Amino acid sequence: MRTFFTSVWGKLVVGAVIVGVAAMLPLLAIDIPGILPGPTYTPGTLTVLAYAMLIAALALSYHLIFGVAGLLSFGHAMFFAAGAYGLGIILKLLAPSGMPAEAVFLVAIVLTLVIALVLGNLVGALALRVTGISFAMVTLAVAQAMNVMIRRNVGGLTGGEEGVRLPVDVVPDVLVGVVNTRNLYWLALAILVIVYLACVWIERSRLGHVVAAARENELRVTVLGLRPYFVRLFLFAGAAVLAAVAGIGFMLLQSSATPRISTSDFTLTLLVIVVLGGVGYRWGAIVGGIVYTLLDQRLAALASAEWIRGLPDVLRIPLSEPLFILGMLFVLVVMFAPGGIVGLSHRVTQRRGSKRDVAEPKALQDMEA
Amino acid sequence: MSTVLLLLITGIGLGALYFLVASGLSLIYGLMGVLNFAHGSFLTLAGFLGWEVGRRIGDGTWAGLLTGMLVGLVVGAVVAALTELIFIRPLYNRHIEQVLVTVGLGLASVALFEGIWGTDPIQIRLPEWLGGTTDVLGANIPNDRWLLIATAVVVLVLIVLFLQRTSYGLVIRAGVENRTMVTALGIDVRRAFTIVFAIGGAAAGLGGVLASVYYGQVGAHQGTSLLIYAFIVTVIGGLGSLTGAAIASVLVAVIQQFANFYLGGTGDLAIVLALAAVLLVRPTGLMGKVKH
Repeated sequence: MRTFFTSVWGKLVVGAVIVGVAAMLPLLAIDIPGILPGPTYTPGTLTVLAYAMLIAALALSYHLIFGVAGLLSFGHAMFFAAGAYGLGIILKLLAPSGMPAEAVFLVAIVLTLVIALVLGNLVGALALRVTGISFAMVTLAVAQAMNVMIRRNVGGLTGGEEGVRLPVDVVPDVLVGVVNTRNLYWLALAILVIVYLACVWIERSRLGHVVAAARENELRVTVLGLRPYFVRLFLFAGAAVLAAVAGIGFMLLQSSATPRISTSDFTLTLLVIVVLGGVGYRWGAIVGGIVYTLLDQRLAALASAEWIRGLPDVLRIPLSEPLFILGMLFVLVVMFAPGGIVGLSHRVTQRRGSKRDVAEPKALQDMEA
Repeated sequence: MSTVLLLLITGIGLGALYFLVASGLSLIYGLMGVLNFAHGSFLTLAGFLGWEVGRRIGDGTWAGLLTGMLVGLVVGAVVAALTELIFIRPLYNRHIEQVLVTVGLGLASVALFEGIWGTDPIQIRLPEWLGGTTDVLGANIPNDRWLLIATAVVVLVLIVLFLQRTSYGLVIRAGVENRTMVTALGIDVRRAFTIVFAIGGAAAGLGGVLASVYYGQVGAHQGTSLLIYAFIVTVIGGLGSLTGAAIASVLVAVIQQFANFYLGGTGDLAIVLALAAVLLVRPTGLMGKVKH
């Protein structure tokens, strides 16, 4: 059944409306108690929303590796960290060079993206030589080594546990300060849209099809005379650059980067987000990223609520640990709702409409090494 | 010379700790194809409960420590078996989902431990002898390393005896080799899954209590940080190979100790490079078999 909403133009219109509404939020005073910390025009709320969108963009780039290529990577956070740390460090190094601030800023962004591209190619070239669980382990080990180097402050650039602060004097004024939070919000929205469009483009390209085919049946792709290694490497490096873009946005938004964003736990969070939203769906990564971030924020606020403090220990302790609730939610989704949030909504709408079979998320089935 | 000896023996002591975690991981992966991310949580929980019981029996005495080790063993085995029955079994043969469930359990349980015992590690009291050193050819070896090495050797021997001498051990060995064939012969391999989880959990539980002896403290993140080393050990040794895990544990820990001492604290980097080298030369690990 082909309706307006499933046609190309329909999707464009829906997308444009969603982006338009999101772009208007800083000008409106929408207050959703319990979900947002305050009305949408306040800097606090805008920061939370911008952070959620950057995490959604990062989750989208992870979706390319996990959902499209079917590769379980435990090291994706290192590219996000490369973006955030790269921008901060390069800005700091270039600041005394005497170039105009705008030029320094642009050069720093370009250099950061180049570094992410090189890093993505290096790690990918090594890790993609093996598949399955071994691939996961290589990415985990490399990311762990990076994390240790960042923590130990190797070369005196990463600032150890303290992290790196954004040198604000070489950042354009419109992106600095609480007054300009709405500009940062729009920047985050733009990053999310760009990453989304890049994902659509990659997935629809011939390369995307080859990668998806290699996920389903690697032997067959090889027999057809194609080499999965290079297309996977391209996809891996592309996802690394997109993650770095999100990292750059994160650095500008938070004004500092700490080793936390390079830990394997942070990558595990991405995995949780993608699965929560629905593996194999682009929208799943976005919905998952936003829902996860807002839940994380609200559950942390919930932990300090009066009525929770009054509960006996057996209930109070689990309820005051956001990660415990999110972790168990994740376990329940994996066990009982394999399609995640988007998969569930698809199932509901399809049951109402035509009686087509629900497409199981393909990525989850044939990923075993 | 005495420095080399000291690094070697302390390395073997740390390797013993890695082995207690990695042996279970490797057996579970070999039989079921599941990389168990919740393994660190078995270890942490056993460490905490072993300490809680041990200090009530006698804080800083051998009776307390040995009771703690026994409690850790039992807690690890029970929790691991329950995890298998409740979370892993319903997802029969869906390996990626099984891994994801253990990831979720790992994240959630660490948060829960933080809620119960706090985010900071708790210092513990140990029997006096463990705090001392023994002189071996001029090297002062901390005594707790002997306890670690002895325990790991006992665990290794017990697991090997179990695998070689009992009928369940036979089923497990056959299952690692070719699970489809074992099932086809009419043997219910699922009971072996629970047993393997329980054995792995027991070893990890023991490892949890001994980790608190090694570090002198118990903390919510102890298991997770050890788990990453155990993963590296398991991959280097060859997934599914107990001998491989034993050799790789010692190898990794010794490399780590030497690199930390002679190459300015680069131990973690050194073992990551070792992992990369092994995977590039032998993707199945040192003792791993090529899966059919």
